[in-house]
Amino acid sequence: MNHTNPQLNKHGELQHLITIEGLPRDVIVRILDTAAPFTALAHEEEKKLPLLRGKSVFNLFFENSTRTRTTFEIAAKRLSADVINLNINTSSTAKGETLLDTVDNLAAMQADMFVVRHAASGAPYLMAQHLAATGRNHISVVNAGDGRHAHPTQGLLDMYTIRHYKKDFSNLTVAIVGDILHSRVARSQIHALTTLGVPEIRVIAPKTLLPTGVERMGVRVCNDMREGLKGVDVVMALRLQSERMLGALLPSPQEFFKSYGLTAEKLALAKPDAIVMHPGPMNRGVEIDSAVADGGQAVILPQVTFGIAVRMAVMSMLAGN
Amino acid sequence: MKLQIMNGRLVDPANKIDRQSDLFIADGRIVAVGAAPAGFDDNATVGTIDATDCVVCPGLVDLSARLREPGYEYKATLESEMAAAAAGGVTSLACPPDTDPPLDEPGLVEMLKHRARLPEFAKVYPVGALTAKLEGTHITEMAELAEAGCVAFGQAHAAVVDTQVLLRAMQYAATFDFPVWLSPQDPFLARNGVAHDGEVAARLGLVGIPVAAETTALGTLILLAQETGVRLHITRISSAAGLDMVRIAREQGIAVSCDVAVHQLHLTDNDIGYFNPHARLIPPLRSQRDRDALRAGLAAGIINAVCSDHTPVDDDGKQVPFGEAEPGATGLELLLPLTLKWGAEMKLPLADTLSRITADPARLLGIDGGQLGVGAPADVCIFDPRADFRVSRENLKSQGKNTPFLGHHLSGQVRYTLIDGFLAYDGSWN
Repeated sequence: MNHTNPQLNKHGELQHLITIEGLPRDVIVRILDTAAPFTALAHEEEKKLPLLRGKSVFNLFFENSTRTRTTFEIAAKRLSADVINLNINTSSTAKGETLLDTVDNLAAMQADMFVVRHAASGAPYLMAQHLAATGRNHISVVNAGDGRHAHPTQGLLDMYTIRHYKKDFSNLTVAIVGDILHSRVARSQIHALTTLGVPEIRVIAPKTLLPTGVERMGVRVCNDMREGLKGVDVVMALRLQSERMLGALLPSPQEFFKSYGLTAEKLALAKPDAIVMHPGPMNRGVEIDSAVADGGQAVILPQVTFGIAVRMAVMSMLAGN
Repeated sequence: MKLQIMNGRLVDPANKIDRQSDLFIADGRIVAVGAAPAGFDDNATVGTIDATDCVVCPGLVDLSARLREPGYEYKATLESEMAAAAAGGVTSLACPPDTDPPLDEPGLVEMLKHRARLPEFAKVYPVGALTAKLEGTHITEMAELAEAGCVAFGQAHAAVVDTQVLLRAMQYAATFDFPVWLSPQDPFLARNGVAHDGEVAARLGLVGIPVAAETTALGTLILLAQETGVRLHITRISSAAGLDMVRIAREQGIAVSCDVAVHQLHLTDNDIGYFNPHARLIPPLRSQRDRDALRAGLAAGIINAVCSDHTPVDDDGKQVPFGEAEPGATGLELLLPLTLKWGAEMKLPLADTLSRITADPARLLGIDGGQLGVGAPADVCIFDPRADFRVSRENLKSQGKNTPFLGHHLSGQVRYTLIDGFLAYDGSWN
């Protein structure tokens, strides 16, 4: 039961969105293509489409998030869905209801879609497998970030952003900078970039923030940021969690900034038309300098806008549109 | 009560027997091999077991089976797990001390031995706690615990972090020549880890346990064993590098033996698949290279025995995300078929294969079982090596249905299990 990709149905169509790994290239492209007309919607007088009318979308956040939850909420509402937000304090569930009990209860309230964020890698798989095992295949699971494993809608919106500015993936060099080890965003970005045929993907980080065997995911490891940024078309910075700035992984945020912070001086090594991305929220002066974050090459705010369109595309495809 | 087992293929590794031969049992012991002793069927009812097409071998000796008593009866009970043992052909088993409370007091050990004394139950050989509450600070009353029935002393998954305490515990055990059974895992390098630190963990975003967690711990254990002269047994070796260290230590004359969990012979971290919680194990499933080294090391005798590492876990403990899942797999009923599968794949003679789950572990335990010579206890396993079955929740007797082999087809089904001549399991209807 654990050896078939549970996010695709028998016909190879998207049933859940749990990870980008294993998603066929044409499915990814279809999501990006579906998102394109939705970006225009933001400028319309009437922002709503009836694609999810009558459907109930449950935002199930076992981990705090403002931005991701809000963009999912906006996306669902623009598709006319009923949105129910549940912020579930993990410390209370540790003693009480299990994840699958929560799923069963909400499914009994006629949920059509779960958008889930969970601290444990693999939690959305568990939900999807449970729904399948209990004959409730009509309920979709959208992973809004699980542990260190995946954040597929972030990876997809990043691809949308790259395609928007660079048109073609097949001649790009992309650098991902920062805490790769703990980052679900980095993993989703790497899978998306390799599937879309990006010829060179570099990960830039100190050895303490790189997973063992990361090069087997199809990336080149650079411990030296200056070397890693040379001639790249896209720089994707990652958020460094504050609890990881001091301790055995890193000595201090200042030292991290010195070696791996994205400054104008380091960015100058990239191609002149390189774009700078960040999944937010940013730590200015830690992984990125304000001059870069607010500079002309940054596309961080368009990422947020595209994120809503991409999430609309995913939800409408899962709803069978 | 007398019993004759007729027409079977007798495989008794300790006595170098592998031939068509009958076996005769009286008063719980083997009384003859081949032909009935004079007067065997005079004035007494003699039961007959027809073992046509079956292998007759010593009852299996399992170096690690968690019975979950005392303290974890919601996961499994002595009754359920003893039924599993009998169905798996296991007639003797060692149980690790990580019960609740841990087996650190003679009274607890006596109680367990007392509860387990029913004739249809496998013989229980408790491994006593090396330190009180397994906390690694105070050594236990080992002499008293040995008197109560403990055959060795260990820590289950708990490490003795304080090396001074570890040295003293080994010295004290060596005083009485008690064997010390320890698992090699550095608790700091393994902290929060749930999977082998490799490509699979990197991809799935699981916290890794590096091979160095095993090798650094092994280095400490081996060097202190050399220092103290204690008989050290390494439980559940998992890596090629660790196995190399054991081999080199033994070549240098250090008294160190080791065992492996049977699932490690067949699975790798790739079998985690899409976060299958049944593949959450301690030590973790490692790479294919490690698995191949373990398979070869067992064939070469560097690894001395295979065990089930039987750990029944209830569904609540497994129906959670991978990293939160309780580690362990049920295994008593799979020890025989999975060991047979390994032996067949390694093209070993059947007696060599069976030795790893009978004579060899019996020698490590220092017990009388594991062989079928005249005078030995009549602990016998009779199985059909060609009978296939599918591993499913329904056909497992263990209360734990947690195994990464669910859905697998395996060969080798137990037909009868005898413990001291008592018919503990009759699966002839299968």
